Amino acid sequence: MQTTMLNMEHIDKHFPGVHALKDCRFDLRAGEVHALLGENGAGKSTLMKVLTGIHKKDAGQIIFADEELTNLTPQKAQRAGIAMIHQELNLMPHLSAAQNLFIGREPIRAGFLIDDAKMNREALRLFSTLRLGLDPRIRVGDVTVAKQQMIEIAKALSYRSRILIMDEPTAALSGKEIEDLFRVITELKTKGVGIVYISHRMEELMEITDRITVMRDGTYIETVDTKDTSTNALIQMMVGRPLFEAAKSEKNSSDNEVVLSVKNLSTPLLKDINFSLYKGEILGFAGLMGAGRTELARVIFGADPKDSGEILIQGKPVQIRSPQNAVQNGIGYLSEDRKQYGLALNLSVADNTVLATLKKFSRAGFWQGRHAARVASNHIDLLRIKTPSLFQKVRHLSGGNQQKVVIAKWLIRDCDILIFDEPTRGIDIGAKNEIYKLLADLAARGKSIIMISSELPEVLRMSDRIAVMCEGRITKILDIKEANQETIMKYAVNQTKNQPSQITAGN
Amino acid sequence: MKKKETQNTGITNLKRFSGQAIQKALAFVTLIVMIIFFSVASPNFFVPDNIISILLATCVNGLLALGVTFVIITGGIDLSIGTVMTFSAVIAGVSVTVWGLPLWLGVLIALATGSIIGCLTGLMVAYLRIPAFIATLGVMMVTKGLSLVVSGASPVYFPTGYKEIAVGSLISKLIPGFRLQNGVLIFFVMALIAGVILNRTVLGRYTFAIGSNAEATRLSGVNVNRWLTAIHTLSGLFCGIAGVVISSRLGSAQPALGQGYELEAIAAVVIGGTSLSGGQGTISGTVIGAFIMSVLTNGLRIMGVKQEWQTVVIGLVVILAVFIDIYRRKKQK
Repeated sequence: MQTTMLNMEHIDKHFPGVHALKDCRFDLRAGEVHALLGENGAGKSTLMKVLTGIHKKDAGQIIFADEELTNLTPQKAQRAGIAMIHQELNLMPHLSAAQNLFIGREPIRAGFLIDDAKMNREALRLFSTLRLGLDPRIRVGDVTVAKQQMIEIAKALSYRSRILIMDEPTAALSGKEIEDLFRVITELKTKGVGIVYISHRMEELMEITDRITVMRDGTYIETVDTKDTSTNALIQMMVGRPLFEAAKSEKNSSDNEVVLSVKNLSTPLLKDINFSLYKGEILGFAGLMGAGRTELARVIFGADPKDSGEILIQGKPVQIRSPQNAVQNGIGYLSEDRKQYGLALNLSVADNTVLATLKKFSRAGFWQGRHAARVASNHIDLLRIKTPSLFQKVRHLSGGNQQKVVIAKWLIRDCDILIFDEPTRGIDIGAKNEIYKLLADLAARGKSIIMISSELPEVLRMSDRIAVMCEGRITKILDIKEANQETIMKYAVNQTKNQPSQITAGN
Repeated sequence: MKKKETQNTGITNLKRFSGQAIQKALAFVTLIVMIIFFSVASPNFFVPDNIISILLATCVNGLLALGVTFVIITGGIDLSIGTVMTFSAVIAGVSVTVWGLPLWLGVLIALATGSIIGCLTGLMVAYLRIPAFIATLGVMMVTKGLSLVVSGASPVYFPTGYKEIAVGSLISKLIPGFRLQNGVLIFFVMALIAGVILNRTVLGRYTFAIGSNAEATRLSGVNVNRWLTAIHTLSGLFCGIAGVVISSRLGSAQPALGQGYELEAIAAVVIGGTSLSGGQGTISGTVIGAFIMSVLTNGLRIMGVKQEWQTVVIGLVVILAVFIDIYRRKKQK
């Protein structure tokens, strides 16, 4: 019925240390919505960045409209009619909607003047074909994210794009706005535009897509017709087999005392969060990107304000208004972006380890260097940080050792509650195991750990309990005994037994 | 001030009336208040002779400010504009006096010198990705040194006709009795041209686009590096024009002059509501800002405030203007 307009085959892509795409394929028909589905890091975005010329492929071929596309650049892809609506929108907030649409190809009159009137007319015409009630003169920075997205879509269409790639287009949209988006998508389908739709939201995929391609770990898994599949089947494809076996020692942490509890905590991004953290346990936080895990960590750590709810430490309510408050209350936060938030890269290992504790090593304002060096040195041994000396700049350490320096910093600060945000991101496999061991040691020594991780095997291996988040809520707190990748993924996309209708909807 | 805001805001377009326009309005009101204040404080302030001297004082700084407005809207900075101005003037002087070229060619050479240096600065910032602050600091020192080398560290005196360029008055030939010096006329005409370039041409549009989101601009198929170089070249051209005006007024190119002008020009731009973080700014704001700088200097002098204290006051005004800019952006977020 529909003709295949795009065919990508045997696509291979390496990044330093990572084989990001392994012999992947993908095809797209005119007038269809084709979803790309997979866990974080499965290679969806990379594949699409290859298609739009942002990344160069190492091998494989892309055939679009019976022609092979070689040496793609973003400009070339755009000219061929391939456009991508990025998650971070690519607009100029200070310019008007029309100015954004026509950037780089402004209509000119009298030789050198921009014909703004013509531009606004054209923009208005384009908006009305999409039935968007938008004023082309409005400053883009002043409108909602949903409208900005519509402007991006209009911009892509104005290049006569025949392929439109949408990366998590509904991530920041409300229910009504999603309806509008779907209306526009349906309209585009009738015009013969092929749409690649990247999203984690199962209900949406079931509603709007015609076919779904599942990817996992940089490999192509399967392409199915949406009407012939079910959410469960998709989740199984995403997670894959064999499942990771949880190698967790039996430990009933619930008998221990509660160290931290969060009650009814809400912010614009988080809704009614309730959980407790026990002494000596590792509480894993799982969820897809944008589920609100990092946001929650930042609120607990006082980096962002909360609207309502309370935080109790050792049963006593505490007010945490700033990271300083959090540290005074014994909470340490290890950001996923260690280089930006966790370390002073140009300072030495010794300086970094005592950075949060300068007061402890000062007497009357004078620096007690020898004392500090001794403590730093002890922790370097304790955590087995591999460094030629105390005075090595942290910049020159490996990712795993940098992470250990951050851990040392919070240990010296006597933090009892440690929040790890993606503790092994960017760390090679060997060092990962060391970090895992270290986390287990810390927990065994009575530290309480919150571990946010997008890698399910990691969560399953390390955690005593797992809190699963979805769209700003904790959808379930699983005991490790009842947790596996599939149950976690179900709660992460919020397809639970409470909503049986949606699971069966696709069957 | 409040009244002015509500007038312009209207009912429907509250959002479109951006913080930048508020700051521009604020700058305009400040200018008026300052003029009224100095007029009351000193009988010698609001008299024709003094007004003309304010206008004259504005035009050199104003020309530099016009050019650097473009650079600042891209989110950049240029610290070399003062010394590039001087270097352009010195080269013009040498080409006229030493090489015996005609005056008109000397003027063109000055404009070309400014443009070429601006272009080189642009290439360094855009293609070599040297941070603008450092790159232009380097260019400042290089041009300062070269001015001294080329001139032999002493002023280059122009032949008589040269003074006519800035000090003569074309307007008085059209309207007898209205002796507005050409330097001032050049400033106003260039301000108009700069306004058209910024608001109505592709160069101006990309100036805003680059300052607003350079990566998005690049991904829209705009050759950002090339346009950034062009914008710096334009700013250099304005330095060349300022060089002609200042050397014409003095009758000589003073190689030791120039440093410090860049800060006054940048101050004028910021006071006029152009954001140091890029993406927004206006030519009219810069013109107002340039007038605020010269009215302040002139008024303080007339009131008998010592030179040293004038500098202190101007420094405080600049800090205040930048603070307002930052505060405003924080609130927008």
